[in-house]
Amino acid sequence: MIANYGYKDGSGEYYISIDTDKCTSCSAGRACLTACPKEMFEIITDDYDDEVAAVKQSFRRSLAFDCSDCKPAGGYTSLPCSTACTPGAIKHSW
Amino acid sequence: MSSGEKKEYWRWQESCWIDESKDWRAAKIVTAGIDVGSVSSQAVVCVDGELYGFNSMRTGNNSPDSATNALAGVLEKSGMKLEDITYVIGTGYGRVNVPFAHKAITEIACHARGANYMGGNKIRTILDMGGQDCKAIHCDEKGKVTNFLMNDKCAAGTGRGMEVIADLMQIPIAELGPRSFDVDEEPQAVSSTCVVFAKSEALGLLKAGYSKNKVIAAYCQAMAERVVSLIERIGVENDFFITGGIAKNVGVVKRIEKLLGTTAAETKYDSQIAGALGAALFGHTLMLKQGASATKAA
Repeated sequence: MIANYGYKDGSGEYYISIDTDKCTSCSAGRACLTACPKEMFEIITDDYDDEVAAVKQSFRRSLAFDCSDCKPAGGYTSLPCSTACTPGAIKHSW
Repeated sequence: MSSGEKKEYWRWQESCWIDESKDWRAAKIVTAGIDVGSVSSQAVVCVDGELYGFNSMRTGNNSPDSATNALAGVLEKSGMKLEDITYVIGTGYGRVNVPFAHKAITEIACHARGANYMGGNKIRTILDMGGQDCKAIHCDEKGKVTNFLMNDKCAAGTGRGMEVIADLMQIPIAELGPRSFDVDEEPQAVSSTCVVFAKSEALGLLKAGYSKNKVIAAYCQAMAERVVSLIERIGVENDFFITGGIAKNVGVVKRIEKLLGTTAAETKYDSQIAGALGAALFGHTLMLKQGASATKAA
């Protein structure tokens, strides 16, 4: 399942997509949990009883601000979350 | 109507229905789904995996009471008691506040499952236009979610936005859809970014001499553009199905269909019950997995 967390507002679209099929057999040791400086990710049991990564509810409406430090303007050349997730399950839309 | 009395143009029709041809007493498994949404609450009862009855009403200021009242409508009409229901699943914004639920499941999974029942197993894309959010969902032939996207940050493209316009225009909400087509030419859409902006823009159009119908058409178009931009992120795969209260607004639905270049699948069921129906069906599946001899609800 592709889970898109985020929103669209007047300034743009801000979604973090997680391919949860790649989470169920995570080969990265749940690295997303510690890679994000703001600890935005958590492991949940989804509606189909799979343990998958998700963006915490408290961050889902403020991604544009919460992720800004990890974007090029913050000095990063690649996103820590996407880089740490070696199965390639995490993508940003912006 | 006295001058001091305020008419509630936004108020939509609540409904309660029972399938008289079915006998719940003869059923092996009776399950219920309770969808406590931000604007409306629904209770659906299924007997042996088939829709038996539902109640759809406005959510009050207390989620547990809304859940109880929604189910009470079906129980009262059917002569059923809570103890007769084998399993209850809560869904929607207030899903964790359904006092008699055995389990909570997100409305995303429930809407997909409900749409699969209501529109058939060819449904692949679902647009749920709820009271205060909007969701685009892809599912497989079993109604299992494969991709989803939701927007709950603002009221643009939601039922609450339509209620605001109904009040502003002083036209009953059920009449907005048909009246949006009673225009000489299709107007430009108003702002689709924010309901507050859309409302002030609609006021400006009225002052500029637009007819009420033309302003409604502009708002319906804005709402359609808003949700289409959302659903295009995950793509539209036929068959396409719309759930939620806005599915009853022909003015929005026809404009969405035009923008997407496809037609939404029709159903004989009330589009607002999809979430609760999906929850009840999840309950049925869980009971089958656990064995039909499961204990009755406490």
